[in-house]
Amino acid sequence: MENLILAIETSCDETAASVIRNGNEILSNVVASQIDSQKRFGGVVPEIASRHHVEQITVVIEEALEKASIVPSDLDAVAVTEGPGLVGALLIGINAAKAFAFAHGLPIIGVHHIAGHIYASALVEPMKFPLLALVVSGGHTELIYMKEHGSFEVIGETRDDAAGEAYDKVARVLNLPYPGGPHIDRMAHEAKKGVDFPRAWLEDTYDFSFSGLKSAVINYKHNLEQRGQSIVPEEVAKGFQDSVVEVLTTKTIKAAKELGVKQVIVAGGVSANRGLRESLSKALEQEGIPFTAPPLSLCTDNAAMIGACAAYMFEAGVRSDLSMNGLPGKELKSWSNTDDKLR
Amino acid sequence: MIWLGIETSNAPLSVAIVRDGEVLSEIVQNTKSTHSVTCMPTIEEVFRKTNLKPVDIDAVAVSEGPGSYTGLRIGVTIAKTLSWTLKKPLVGISSLKVLASNVELFDGIICTMFDARRKNVYAAVYKGKELKTIIPEHHGSLEELLQQLKEYQETIMFVGSDVKKFKEEIQSVLGEQAKFAPPSLNLPRASKLIELAEKEPLPTLEMVHSFVPKYHRLAEAEANWLKAHQKEQKG
Ligand SMILES: [Zn+2]
Repeated sequence: MENLILAIETSCDETAASVIRNGNEILSNVVASQIDSQKRFGGVVPEIASRHHVEQITVVIEEALEKASIVPSDLDAVAVTEGPGLVGALLIGINAAKAFAFAHGLPIIGVHHIAGHIYASALVEPMKFPLLALVVSGGHTELIYMKEHGSFEVIGETRDDAAGEAYDKVARVLNLPYPGGPHIDRMAHEAKKGVDFPRAWLEDTYDFSFSGLKSAVINYKHNLEQRGQSIVPEEVAKGFQDSVVEVLTTKTIKAAKELGVKQVIVAGGVSANRGLRESLSKALEQEGIPFTAPPLSLCTDNAAMIGACAAYMFEAGVRSDLSMNGLPGKELKSWSNTDDKLR
Repeated sequence: MIWLGIETSNAPLSVAIVRDGEVLSEIVQNTKSTHSVTCMPTIEEVFRKTNLKPVDIDAVAVSEGPGSYTGLRIGVTIAKTLSWTLKKPLVGISSLKVLASNVELFDGIICTMFDARRKNVYAAVYKGKELKTIIPEHHGSLEELLQQLKEYQETIMFVGSDVKKFKEEIQSVLGEQAKFAPPSLNLPRASKLIELAEKEPLPTLEMVHSFVPKYHRLAEAEANWLKAHQKEQKG
């Protein structure tokens, strides 16, 4: 595979651009974060995110091209996140990508954000099929089976809160600053013991549920406070994280064994979580299944992962056109045409 | 000098290519389609019709606001990206002024407005023939604006697709003083945008990166945060 792709990602609160060669080599990976601005609101405000993207977009793309020492005529295609995400935020990346592609007569490729997260692993080592990807982020908790490049089958997903969402909500209960995930992870590692919180197993399915756990944390705090006592935040953090990590690990191992996969990938913002990485890596090593966890910079939202995914789409002949729209609820569809259903 | 003009500040869409003051191709559209889907294909169409390539243009003009936040961002993002990557200067013009220029020959006062919801408008007032700004672009209550306009004791021409929503209220305050532009002049035209841009000095290429829409309003969360923050500082 030989191609050079400029990728753009603006699905949430990071304005990102990257140049990727042959689907596995990062020539540049620029991310402008809005976290200092969004921190004021305790979460991402869509209108503010969109405004920041307009301020940053050309600066970020220019930096990505300059760092890669690339001029537009060197490129084979422009890739951009089409969805899912915040629609107003997606539209900035998409319209910048379309204008850039039009200006230089380049084809344009619309990439699914979650497919991008999974393909972050291709920047670390070649993907081995069939594989299983655990995608955990603020908006997603999904187990995805891939028979080959471009083939996606969601075999399990959350029925309520995404794992990252649960982290954010529990962080708020513990009065931690936004984003709360890293704080909970750190506190959990500092605690000697954790509070015993329930695990939602949802037997006979690979689906997840985290809203019960979140309620259990809230009730625990409330009950103690009623008795005039206060919680030990580290112990609550550990108890919560242990529950999330055990469920995610157990279901991932079960699916990996049942489907006989050759590789397990963890992807998405929450995969930066140390507790989850350690647990998955230990359990998969015991089972003798290769495990790939991309470096933290490729787990949080970035454009390199979009470029990696687009490289394979480009080879497969997948193209979008100038009428591409932002799809906030875009479904993860396969682009390989040999795809047939697992069951 | 070849200009590309892009106007997506509200529901209507307009794109034009003008060479040395002469309109080569212009599209004005007032359908329900979203700018994100139609704007780039429409730009591609005016280039195809004029047999020009993106590199052939010398400058880009865009309606910079006020208007629909999303609409503005789509036009500005496209204009910024083209301007930056083709290394051509970018000129922003008030979307209210673009609309006013439709009736610039009217010898009187021109008021253009967009609905900003909750009886508020984005509005500006100009003096005809030279489009001298009398009341600059702002966000405010319709009632206050009409009271201000009443003071002028001159005929006032109202322009814009949203004007019909406020016709009764306008007439109840201004009576015979109010005149209304015909529907064909209520749509913004990218060729008029370019005409106005041509009168402006060309900004340097470095200005492109920092170009943002003129929303004329803070995002709600930002406004609330500022309010809370100022209270905190005082208390
Ligand atoms: Zn993500």
